[in-house]
Amino acid sequence: MIRIERRLRQPRWLTVAVPVGSVVVALLISAVILAATGHDPVYTYHRLFTSAFVDSGALSNTLVSATPLLFTGLAAAAAFRMQLFNIGAEGQLYLGAAGAMGVALLIGPAPTPVHVIVMVAAGAAAGAAWAAIPGLLRAFLRTNEIITSLMLNYVAALVIDYLIFDSLSYWRDTSTPDARVFPQGKFLPDSANWPTTTIGPGAGLVIPLGFLLAVAAAVVLWFLYQRTRFGFEVAVTADSPRAARYSGMRTRRKIVAVMLISGALAGIGGASQDGDFRHQLDPKGLEQSYYGYTGIVVAALARYNPLAVVLVAFLLGGLQTAGYALQGVDFPSGLVGVMEGVILFCVLAGELLVRYRVRLRRRGAEPAPPARAEVAS
Amino acid sequence: MNNSIAVVVLAQAVVYGTPLLYAALGELLAERSGVLNLGVEGMMLIGAVMGFWAVQRVGGPSGVGLAAGIGVAAVAGAVVATIHAVLVVTFRANQIVSGLAITIFAGAAGLSDYLGNDLNLADQPARHSFQPVLPDALQNLPIVGPILFGQTVLVYASWVLVVVVGLYLSRTRPGLNVRAVGEAPASADAMGLNVAAYRYWHTIIGGAFAGVAGACYTLSITPQWVGNGLVTEGAGFIAIALVIFAFWRADLCLAGAYLFGAFTALPFTLQARQVVNVAPELFQALPYVMTIVVLVLVASGWSRRRLGAPAALGLPYVREER
Repeated sequence: MIRIERRLRQPRWLTVAVPVGSVVVALLISAVILAATGHDPVYTYHRLFTSAFVDSGALSNTLVSATPLLFTGLAAAAAFRMQLFNIGAEGQLYLGAAGAMGVALLIGPAPTPVHVIVMVAAGAAAGAAWAAIPGLLRAFLRTNEIITSLMLNYVAALVIDYLIFDSLSYWRDTSTPDARVFPQGKFLPDSANWPTTTIGPGAGLVIPLGFLLAVAAAVVLWFLYQRTRFGFEVAVTADSPRAARYSGMRTRRKIVAVMLISGALAGIGGASQDGDFRHQLDPKGLEQSYYGYTGIVVAALARYNPLAVVLVAFLLGGLQTAGYALQGVDFPSGLVGVMEGVILFCVLAGELLVRYRVRLRRRGAEPAPPARAEVAS
Repeated sequence: MNNSIAVVVLAQAVVYGTPLLYAALGELLAERSGVLNLGVEGMMLIGAVMGFWAVQRVGGPSGVGLAAGIGVAAVAGAVVATIHAVLVVTFRANQIVSGLAITIFAGAAGLSDYLGNDLNLADQPARHSFQPVLPDALQNLPIVGPILFGQTVLVYASWVLVVVVGLYLSRTRPGLNVRAVGEAPASADAMGLNVAAYRYWHTIIGGAFAGVAGACYTLSITPQWVGNGLVTEGAGFIAIALVIFAFWRADLCLAGAYLFGAFTALPFTLQARQVVNVAPELFQALPYVMTIVVLVLVASGWSRRRLGAPAALGLPYVREER
């Protein structure tokens, strides 16, 4: 007979060993899916690994994929930590990209640091403003933020589509006849392209500025949640909203503040898409990347710990890079999402082993004495 | 008269509302048992792709192919829902995260795309699709003809399903038990009900409904498969909002589904008729914006206090910790 009992203490090694074990199980399940659909799992995994981390330039590409996931992962982690399920990072990122692009085009040629600062600020503001809608609705009208933030993703996608495809907006390139027929965004002035850092020999490892900003943001977020009064109040509100309210914490303000932080992080991710990678507002490119949704996977795998988000974003960035590099007959599109989903399932299921102890007991044996926690509750 | 915009929009509202209705009824069953299923979108996409696959591969007359398509879609949705049930009932995982994981796993850029590519389904017209079934005489009746009689079997079956689900939840022993499980699982357990079994079955059957909802798109509304989640475009999440809008009642799900169906149908019709000349995005945003507006109106303030959700919605039940 199997008995599941709550653990009184969660040993530290378990909180590391269980997720790692879960990922291994997930890879085994994915291997079965691969084999079932006629692909050689060993060969596929080998190619996945080399094209994500080993091939020349692979690591640099992995950082390119990891940067937006890091931002959206932090956005999700910041909100989910407070049991505030902002799944609108997708739309907040789109609008962050539109906002940052707007101001960058507006100020024209200027010193690069000025551009970077202004674009980060505008991206953060636009993302935060978009996140404020579900945040305020949740705080003051108690409207379910999951549905509202998600619906706003579709609206945000339509907004940026409109800016490029169905209007002669400020964002759209109308300088040449060609551009008038095939709509695309205006390109940033050269001075607004964010610089990169290259380390190592040869082509080296190219680190986008956005990646460094995101890592800095992760550290700041970690500090905010672990070491400040604000972070403590967020943790209390998450665990017991009533206790927080009775002790005089302003839970409504906290909800709005956390949503703003979350939206701002996603918005900076959008600014980084403009400055680091795309250099124009690229609606279809952004919409087909699913950065916001993948960010939720990142945050959940990192157990909402900002520092762990960095590591997970890097690994999933590798998976995505490999997905692009290998896309074709051997590696059908959609496989990356399948693998991410399976990993997430296994990690979710594995959580049980961290919180509970599974005991095998022979039928008829003396029942184990109840644990203290069970008596207490 | 039957060509007037109002009639066309209403007829289309029923067409576009039908998948929402199936998905919302499925979600209703799961939520009444206390399981929040945010994976509906993913289950719909899997149902859509597998149902389409079945229609393309199964030989024989149109009716056989379509029946197989619906059957396969229901099974596919149920299989995906089983993952959710295992995670949230047995493994006590967070229902919100698990549901989102389902949608990421199965949805756009996930399993549905993988299957669509691997089974070579893109860019083919469906071999069979659902057509209006009633005689022309009825379909040509003024006003009610196109709206009520010009519909497919899927629509009529969904009406039957509304009645069945409504009666099941209010008039049958198992239905009342489900509500007990969703409201007070500890009491239900004390009554001798198997809480886990009820939650499993209702989540799985709800997933089957979601699978059928997905097949409504690929077998009836636009009979083809396109990847990237473009088949449903968030309809699964609208269906979840619909259950809140309907105060967890089957009959109101029907009204809500057609209301949102109208929001979806209106832009297409107005654009096709070139009635107004504004950016299409403005109209396309309508269903999403209206979902938010309706949610704010019904799910806030007094109505929420009076007609609340199942009390144990979203909470795992652990006998030792009650």
